[in-house]
Amino acid sequence: MTALRHRLAERGIDRQLLLLVPALLCVLILFIYPFAYGLGLSFQPSQGGVFGAYREFFADAYQRDTIWTTLKLSLPAAFLNVAASVPIAYRMRGRFRGKRLLTVLLVVPITLGTVLTAEGLLNFLGPTGWLNRTLMSAGVIDEPVRLTNNYWGVFFSLVITGFPFAFLLILSYLSGIDPTLERAAATLGAGWWPRFHRITLPLLAPGLATTFCLTFVLAFSVFPSAVLVGDPAGTTRVISIAAYHAAYEAYDYPLASAIAVVMGVVELAVVAAVLGMRSLFYTGSTGGKG
Amino acid sequence: MTAVAVPAQEEKTRRARIVASPGAWLVWGSVTFFFVMLAGVIGSVVVSSFGRRWFDTWLPESWTTQWYGQAWHEFTLLDVLIVTIEVSLLVVGISVLVGVPASYVLARRSFPGRRVLYLLFLLPILMPPITYGIPLATVLYKYGLAGHMTGVVLANLVPSIPFVILTMTPFIEQVDPAIERAARMCGARTWQVFLRILAPLLVPGILAASILVLVRTVGMFELTFLTAGPDSQTLVVALYYTMSAAGIRAQQSVDAMAVIYTSMMLVLLVIALRFVNPTQLVARVKEDPS
Repeated sequence: MTALRHRLAERGIDRQLLLLVPALLCVLILFIYPFAYGLGLSFQPSQGGVFGAYREFFADAYQRDTIWTTLKLSLPAAFLNVAASVPIAYRMRGRFRGKRLLTVLLVVPITLGTVLTAEGLLNFLGPTGWLNRTLMSAGVIDEPVRLTNNYWGVFFSLVITGFPFAFLLILSYLSGIDPTLERAAATLGAGWWPRFHRITLPLLAPGLATTFCLTFVLAFSVFPSAVLVGDPAGTTRVISIAAYHAAYEAYDYPLASAIAVVMGVVELAVVAAVLGMRSLFYTGSTGGKG
Repeated sequence: MTAVAVPAQEEKTRRARIVASPGAWLVWGSVTFFFVMLAGVIGSVVVSSFGRRWFDTWLPESWTTQWYGQAWHEFTLLDVLIVTIEVSLLVVGISVLVGVPASYVLARRSFPGRRVLYLLFLLPILMPPITYGIPLATVLYKYGLAGHMTGVVLANLVPSIPFVILTMTPFIEQVDPAIERAARMCGARTWQVFLRILAPLLVPGILAASILVLVRTVGMFELTFLTAGPDSQTLVVALYYTMSAAGIRAQQSVDAMAVIYTSMMLVLLVIALRFVNPTQLVARVKEDPS
């Protein structure tokens, strides 16, 4: 018994690892078990055999198209958030006065949450909101632009909550890249564009991929704003609405679990594709603390 | 991030460069545009909540605070606030108690399966809440745990425990292991090391993690929405229900409620930022040590 304990301790297993048990139990009971249960449930629909629920989902265009609707919203939103963050963060990575204030201001929309953002967008971008009013009195447009209760309302809410998130992440990745590398390139006569796209961008690629994935996950699970500022029965009927309807309005738990599984698979597929693309680029030390 | 005294000459050249570069104007312009939009979104909600009637004009005709009183009584906000605080404190307490020991082991020890465990703890953060929320709610309803506060707390623990683990790891890595070894040499047992050595040293980290979990729990919509019953709604969920049932109630009292929610989040945010760096709100990223 003692011998066994010694052998295990040599490999790093001893009683201290018991400290992991509560956390592990919580994750197993509250995350893995429900997930497995849902997976099992999705294969036991009331009719249609093992794959009945999945067939029901994919056969019905109204349900199937929710995947496309969600991707059409979340991919451009995530892409815009990351693409806009890069030049801004690149410009701001040095130290300057008011940087802390700026980062604090950028955290505000993250804490607003989707519900308040939705309410604000309805007021601000609505037909009699300040934006339409300003544009109309400036003579840019003759009648109000419709920006809420359609695709754009949801898109804007995704940008408002997603952009600060992407920006803060990219800023911290950029400040992890050793600035002397770029200075060395400048000494060798490289202009700002070669410096950016031959040195900084390849080093930033892993960070970009991670940021894109996290922003995409946020945007992909869009739910309250799609209902509140979107057009939940039509152009912004995202997959989480479909799952919610199946579970809480139709009480069809197998279908709801199937939709949740499809949602997870689609999301992980996009994440895997992005991370796969990333591995084509340089992987290694960023020379700094990244 | 203290202000660094820059010699006047250098200051001058730097300013001159910013004025000359069109790229800088574009970057600062888009940041300003984003903040103007954000101010419009937040401002229109605040203005609307104080306006008596606001239809087709720039600003409401007259001002009032009656909507706050109305929101307070109609939506039984006091109860909702009490529930929100109870849920958040319970989630914070449990996730810190469970998460800190686990993150200690993960930060200090190496053992077979460590990477797998880390991935397992990362998964709940990476998945959209709806995907695991629906099966989790189904399981919780099956065992009669959902529909009241137990379910809400349990569901919110799923992302909170991993979040505590991720936030605490860098704090634990900063504590010198020699201090623990010295305590052990003096005959302290594991729980004594924890209570008398680590806990006092980790107070800043624990505070940071608790506040971040608090902010996330107060703002967490999906999981609470899926598991809450009529008397266990937190503020976000109550806000969502009143908004999606719009038409029955005056828009302004919904706005008033949204403002109350935002102020609560802002207070939490201000407290949070006293203890943590903004980048930690979005991810565990090592900041510039200088």
